[in-house]
Amino acid sequence: MTAIPLLPELTARAEGIAHTRTPACSCEASGTLADRPDGTVVRHADTVAKAHAPDADATELTRRLALASRHPDVLLPPLDSVPADLHGRLVTFWPYGSPVDPDDPDAAPWEAVGTLLALLHRTPVPEAAPVMRGPLKAARAVAGLRAVGDHPAVAPVRDAWVTLPAWARAEAPMPQPAALCHGDLHLGQLVRTPGASWRLIDVDDLGAGTPAWDLGRPAAWFACGLLAPQEWGRFLDAYRAAGGPALDAAEDPWAVLDVPARALTVQTAARTVTKAVADGRPLDEVDHALIDACRRIAAVPAELAHESTK
Amino acid sequence: MQCPKCRAPMHTYNRNGVQIEQCSGCRGIFLDYGELESLTRLESQWSQQAAPPPPAAPQAYPAAPQPAWGAPHGGHHGGHHYGHHRNKGFGRMLFSS
Repeated sequence: MTAIPLLPELTARAEGIAHTRTPACSCEASGTLADRPDGTVVRHADTVAKAHAPDADATELTRRLALASRHPDVLLPPLDSVPADLHGRLVTFWPYGSPVDPDDPDAAPWEAVGTLLALLHRTPVPEAAPVMRGPLKAARAVAGLRAVGDHPAVAPVRDAWVTLPAWARAEAPMPQPAALCHGDLHLGQLVRTPGASWRLIDVDDLGAGTPAWDLGRPAAWFACGLLAPQEWGRFLDAYRAAGGPALDAAEDPWAVLDVPARALTVQTAARTVTKAVADGRPLDEVDHALIDACRRIAAVPAELAHESTK
Repeated sequence: MQCPKCRAPMHTYNRNGVQIEQCSGCRGIFLDYGELESLTRLESQWSQQAAPPPPAAPQAYPAAPQPAWGAPHGGHHGGHHYGHHRNKGFGRMLFSS
């Protein structure tokens, strides 16, 4: 099979759309924002083009685009309602938004993250909504450890994974009631467009699911010691203040967060170990914080409260 | 010996080495000289043995709840740990799937 030069063609498409939107385009601030096996993102001035994962489903992606268009106060709305085709890859177009600064932890908009998730989770779930793909992504990350081979970090990550209930490993349906969930929340999933406040981006995993999953990654960061109690508190308070349903009436949020936080700790650990080994990079203290958390997870049985939720 | 109050006969009992006269009628008790002090001494020995543990040291700040498997956070358990992770981990771990 001949390799298709995706990047130059995607860049040309982004430029074409940008010039349709703004004929007097400055053509400034253009380039590649991300180039990974599961997605390539390029920018041309105020326009962004994304080539989705090779296995992305056109029907599901179209439904996800429709959800983003319907809720522009929470999700960044796409420029087109259907994905384009570029040599078999699905491509979508978006307005450019400024991301969260990865070099400035103090500027992270924790209130916005909590509020946006609460608003998303309060959105009515349409009947035709796709399934949120969070647990599937976690399962894929753990499956990816096969490529690592015989490495001392693999066993603790796998031991932690087997403490999880079937739904969190994508082996059973998620507990009800379902809410509209982002499915892959992290600080790279927020942007700010001119004249608007923060919005969530990246609809690839958006869908109906257990809303606690979206709180699971910040919860995992907190539990692994990567997020300070104060910032975790700001996030949680904002989520509650905006009426987020995942923690409804939960006196101890960890009764609800334990399983998603375990799953996302395992997913993050699996990803970072896989990548470090592939890059030939020794594990650093941040990797070890995640692997140590996996060891502790394996030593403590998961809360069973969530499994019995009807 | 007769009870000075109701005149009923009094019986002698031995309680932990202390002689006690108790009236068989009104159940009143007569103590000889020094016997009250002996009882007081015995009582204080007993309460020392059964003393409750000293109160737990107060927490430096109210800890945010976290799961049983959570990492130690700030304050009393290795606070430097966290700040280190934050600076190194923020850009890498908080911005990726």
